[in-house]
Amino acid sequence: MSERLVETGLSARRIGAMILRYWYLLTSSWPRLLELIYWPALQLVTWGFLQTYISQNAGFFARAGGTFIGAVILWDILFRGQLGFSISFLEEMWARNLGNLMMSPLKPIEFLLSLMVMSVVRLAIGIIPVTGLAIAFFGFNLYGFGLALAAFFCNLILTSWAVGIVVSGLVLRNGLGAESLAWTLMFLLLPLACVYYPVSVLPGWLQAVAWLLPPTYVFEGMRALMIDHAMRLDLMGQALALNAVLFVGAVAIFLRLLRDARRLGALIQTGE
Amino acid sequence: MHRQNDAAIEVDHLVKRYNKVALAVDDISFRIPRGSVTALLGGNGAGKTTTIAMIMGLILPTSGRVRVLGLPMPEASAQLLHRMNFESPYVDMPMRLTVRQNLSVFGRLYGVVDVPGRIAELAAELDLADLLDRRTGSLSAGQKTRVSLAKALINEPELLLLDEPTASLDPDTADWIRARLAAYRVTRGATLLLASHNMLEVERLCDRVIIMKLGRIADDDTPARILARYQRDTLEEVFLDVARGRGFAAAGEVAP
Repeated sequence: MSERLVETGLSARRIGAMILRYWYLLTSSWPRLLELIYWPALQLVTWGFLQTYISQNAGFFARAGGTFIGAVILWDILFRGQLGFSISFLEEMWARNLGNLMMSPLKPIEFLLSLMVMSVVRLAIGIIPVTGLAIAFFGFNLYGFGLALAAFFCNLILTSWAVGIVVSGLVLRNGLGAESLAWTLMFLLLPLACVYYPVSVLPGWLQAVAWLLPPTYVFEGMRALMIDHAMRLDLMGQALALNAVLFVGAVAIFLRLLRDARRLGALIQTGE
Repeated sequence: MHRQNDAAIEVDHLVKRYNKVALAVDDISFRIPRGSVTALLGGNGAGKTTTIAMIMGLILPTSGRVRVLGLPMPEASAQLLHRMNFESPYVDMPMRLTVRQNLSVFGRLYGVVDVPGRIAELAAELDLADLLDRRTGSLSAGQKTRVSLAKALINEPELLLLDEPTASLDPDTADWIRARLAAYRVTRGATLLLASHNMLEVERLCDRVIIMKLGRIADDDTPARILARYQRDTLEEVFLDVARGRGFAAAGEVAP
């Protein structure tokens, strides 16, 4: 009889097994890999040339060179981070493999942790080449942000995971009919988080809503860094606090939706 | 060490009601000894799959209790799930991964220490050696069933749950699968619980048959005693009697 490890707590081995599963999947299909780079590159080039045009014709934008490009890349970290999380989850639904996973010793939290790791892997595959393009085409070096980039990244990825976790729970509970949320929900944040313009542009009541969203602090922080050359640690701290609340809430919602799915028998009917 | 007569599964007054209206499982109780092979038999909607899903912890009961290998399910699922496994043609293995990749992932999930060694053993037992490096999606139905069975046996489960394990297979492949299941039960002393529509399969493999109808247990005995009680030659005839409301009393017998 072959030997078996019995790990009743969190298991790095099981998380590793899931990462391995997604890595096998990713590397089995070149269109999946290409798609990771395609949209971020397209976004960057479009907005980058727009920024170049505007900066040649407006004094303020000439001073604030790169804010659009920076915003495009940071938005992509937020959006692609969530998409990378959600798509790895959806792969299980599309493959009708969720039943196999849910009756294995894999714990829901381990499943979520493996999806978080995969969102970073997928993001890295897409964004790192795009940051190279930004340097080559527009002379914009994202890594010049230094430590601020780490703060921006941590806050954005935490928000993207929180949204990805809630979307995954909704798909578990409601089936693939809720799949479109994975592609659309984050766009709700695009106008509210003030990606391309300062919060002061919004009407007063909407500014209050914007300040409830952690990414708003990141994009304001980026503009402060690029325009005023000031690192706003206060903004990053506030974003981190909001993200902590958002993340814990998202995990609680996911576990509740998973329980509902078990109650409704949705885990053995993973179709529409 | 467990006693040989310990129950592998104990189901006590189990009820599952969906949306407060549809009653899928209606107050059933049974006890399955370790090392036995039991079939859940019944038509579509009889409650077989729901019952198996509750035993695995995939569905929460509305009321009643399930104990698996002496522990409550789903409360003790962390202690139990590595000791059991499941196979069904209705739950796929990821199609884009090769057979070896799929078995590697599940071997790790189930805590198998020597995953390559276990895959080699299963490849020999289930005649999978030539398939290991092929994509799972490119396999025939029979080959996929063998791969699903390999996944179900990867952790050498003490309890194996099967949902129509030979559905859509040709008679030769189905017979081959049944032979492997019978051999696994003998060599490992495992408990098997299977939901099936295949009466030949049930007669050949099972010590005991639990017949379900409309979420309730309509009969529960050895295949031989059920055949005698219904005065029938095959379980298929018994199945039709139960499905069409002709109980053993209608066949001229009195319940023991």
